[in-house]
Amino acid sequence: MANAKSKEQVVSPIGASFTRNDVYEKVTGTAVYTDDFQFGNKLLFARAKRSPYPHALIKKIDTSKAEALPGVKVVVTGKDFPNRIGLYLQDKTIFATDRVRFIGEPVAAVAAISDEVAMKAVELIEVEYEELEAVFDAEFGASDKAPLIHPDLDKYICPNFIFPKAGTNIANHFKIRKGDVSSAWEKCAYIVERSFKVPHIQHVPIETHIAIAQMDEKGKVTVWASSQSPFAQRNLIAHALHISQSDLRVIAPLVGGGFGSKAGVTMEAIPVALATKCKGWPVKFVLTREEEFYTNFVRQGLTIHVKVGCDKEGNLLALKNMMYWDGGASTEYGTNVTRAGGYSSSGPYDIPNVETDSICVYTNHPIGGAYRGFGMSELHTGLDQAIDELAEKAGIDKVAFLKKNGVTEGDVLVTGMIMHKNGIQECIDNVAKSLKMGEKEKPSSPDRLRGKGIAIMWKAPAMPPNPGSSAWVEMAEDGNVTVGLGGQEIGQGTFTVMAQMAAAALGVPYEKVRIAGPVDTQYSPYEWQTVASRLTWSMGNAVVLAAKDARRQILETVAEAWKESTEDLDIINGVVVSYKSERETSLENIVIYGIPKENNEGWIGGPIVGRGSFMPKYVTNLDAETGQGPRAVVHYTVGCEGLDIEIDKNTGTIYVLKGAASFDVGKAINPALVKAQVEGGFAQGLSSAMFEEIKLVKGVMTNPSFVDYRIATAPDMDFPLDTPFVEVPQDDGPWGARGVGEHPMVPTIAALGNAIYDATGIRLTNPPYSAEKIYLAMLDKGLVK
Amino acid sequence: MTLKTITLTVNDMVETVDVPQNMTLLQMIREKLSLTGTKNGCSAGECGACTVLMNGEPVNSCMVLAAECEGANITTVEGLAKAGKLSTIQETIIKAGGVQCGFCTPGMLISATALLRRNPNPTDTEIRSAIVGNLCRCTGYVRIVDAIKMAAK
Repeated sequence: MANAKSKEQVVSPIGASFTRNDVYEKVTGTAVYTDDFQFGNKLLFARAKRSPYPHALIKKIDTSKAEALPGVKVVVTGKDFPNRIGLYLQDKTIFATDRVRFIGEPVAAVAAISDEVAMKAVELIEVEYEELEAVFDAEFGASDKAPLIHPDLDKYICPNFIFPKAGTNIANHFKIRKGDVSSAWEKCAYIVERSFKVPHIQHVPIETHIAIAQMDEKGKVTVWASSQSPFAQRNLIAHALHISQSDLRVIAPLVGGGFGSKAGVTMEAIPVALATKCKGWPVKFVLTREEEFYTNFVRQGLTIHVKVGCDKEGNLLALKNMMYWDGGASTEYGTNVTRAGGYSSSGPYDIPNVETDSICVYTNHPIGGAYRGFGMSELHTGLDQAIDELAEKAGIDKVAFLKKNGVTEGDVLVTGMIMHKNGIQECIDNVAKSLKMGEKEKPSSPDRLRGKGIAIMWKAPAMPPNPGSSAWVEMAEDGNVTVGLGGQEIGQGTFTVMAQMAAAALGVPYEKVRIAGPVDTQYSPYEWQTVASRLTWSMGNAVVLAAKDARRQILETVAEAWKESTEDLDIINGVVVSYKSERETSLENIVIYGIPKENNEGWIGGPIVGRGSFMPKYVTNLDAETGQGPRAVVHYTVGCEGLDIEIDKNTGTIYVLKGAASFDVGKAINPALVKAQVEGGFAQGLSSAMFEEIKLVKGVMTNPSFVDYRIATAPDMDFPLDTPFVEVPQDDGPWGARGVGEHPMVPTIAALGNAIYDATGIRLTNPPYSAEKIYLAMLDKGLVK
Repeated sequence: MTLKTITLTVNDMVETVDVPQNMTLLQMIREKLSLTGTKNGCSAGECGACTVLMNGEPVNSCMVLAAECEGANITTVEGLAKAGKLSTIQETIIKAGGVQCGFCTPGMLISATALLRRNPNPTDTEIRSAIVGNLCRCTGYVRIVDAIKMAAK
């Protein structure tokens, strides 16, 4: 075995911090994003006419002046596209048809030869409205006093795990009834009851939404989109337009940030609708930053009433959650956020008695959709602060309280599912040690107060029970490997991690593996969506199966040619070796042309193509009245975060001295990428905790710009951040891996809220915890004069 | 719209371009010169994704009119590598792992390049204030700051 190193000498591609395989293009400006495609002189520019009212009937739309404007190619309105679509609850149309339900809802669109003409044409569209009473508060919206926003709710199609209530604004009511909460309260020595209001926030990818669509003469459509969900978009847009899924092709280049906002279908259907009316012409639609803020999916607002109790020793006994989610004008995606908020409503705590009502309410606010964390940040904001208070009431050290009540293997969870092995204890220890929790330290100046806060979290991939992944593995004459997949590179590094897994499963060096990109629904294998932190686990399983399938084909070919058993063969560093005969051959010799038989009797083998497909098959539905069932989710990723902060008494400004975050990732396939995800998620979480809020006044977003909607900048993140991870393997994850993309922003608001409390004794409840809010609260409490 | 013919240097190449009076430098770079490495994130000078060097200074190219760039010397992200060799900051941002989605990266690299030219040994605070106008939603800036520190060494 001259060329192949023995197995012990070969460094495994798993657990190694390889450089990202998309990074050279990204630092040289040659990486291709959707807006970088060139479409030539025929390109048309689209603009949308949007509703100025939160709730109104459309009486009349007159597009004649717009159509008459020179340079306008086509104008469309809702009457041509009446089909309802939605990822979960089918309550949305591409354009408003008979009524508008939020400010910014598209009612018509224009495609013209220039953006300037398109803008002018939109101004010329005349829409007559009759204003209706609007709903701006979820709790009010759920009451019988509220005007109905979707009077046809009973006619909408939805899967059997979503429970809309016809004749109300309730789009989903998810219930948990575990144990007996009402009789448990009297056994509680300590009880905390608190309400929190978590505001709407925006994803803020630096690349705004963009899609280009073109229909050919035969009616086939191609869409180029910045997308987390090319396959879901193919399915939903085809459905909306009454065309075959096979006649709709979505090409999805690199994504300039997603965070959930580019999942499902939002604005992508608009250029497609226009393209159907001007065959052969590509139509480009790009959201302005302002539109990105107020017209696209938002993170739903949440009002949560928490009541939680424990016995004298600090064992949690009962939890009652009342959650009202501000679902907005459509809840096609948001219904499942509220479902996730329900079935995970205990957080990672072992609590025998739980009652939860997670209610998704239509309002006349922007549409709620997927946002990194999918309901978990919102719910943990309330729960983890109430728990912090309960620990203090019980006189128990906060770290000890979390460790005592954290979920362990075998616990019966809130849905009746049995908890799997997990590393939450180690995560808590890591953060507690890093921040010296429990040790009261002095502030750096008499003008400042110092405090530390800690919070734990969990999150399961939130999805339908049967989201599939698939992959193929091909090889070229040079022995290099190409992996076909349908999950998207949105910055998280999935293409790199998939290459590492394929390399390890096949037996080739990481550098020999490439990813077939961009994802193209015409050539790439199916992937449900790039959401839910599910790719490392789900797509990873498919890639490993495909690589193993290719490996099997290679070994069988060689075994037949060498008249050996496949069990004696191995692939090491791209070379097939026999442990028995010590023969070896490089992959490039055989993966395309096969191997000649002896004595010129013909050939063995042929081009290698491995295939892999993965779908979880064990997730069960839950009882509609109790939320109980054998297995609600595939698994949970758990973790812990903490902050050591100072607060300036003169201004209320928070100075973070140190942050710590520890998550159980099962197995870190690429440790540097794991840490990078945790750092970025922590920053996004902290940004939402300190600054972010979509300010809605009677349905109007009053701060739709970077000046008025502040996100964290480099100076805001000027503190050491410790990110040790934990690896308790996932039984069905590749090498034990599970996802960690969303989790780092989940407990951050609560951890900061707990730190503020530790510093000031003030429980602020409603984020963002801005300097102004903190200062006024300190003034109120007499901490400052 | 009347066109104006301007001559300027972009990434060491002299270019003569006909530009409408209302065209921004960003639009000219992307649409007339097909240098699509420079990104547009807000069209309002707030996000920094479109940062380029203009006569050695970092500017938001969405806030500069192309017609005013007669004789200017412009460097975009495509001009950082010379003869196929990456610049130091390009090397170190790869090494530090400071790239995720990559959309802020071109502007970030330009701002860092400008900083290191005027201040080869910046402090942590100076690094962070030099990129305060370059928004990044992915990384938390941790590894970007590491990369700039590494490049300064």
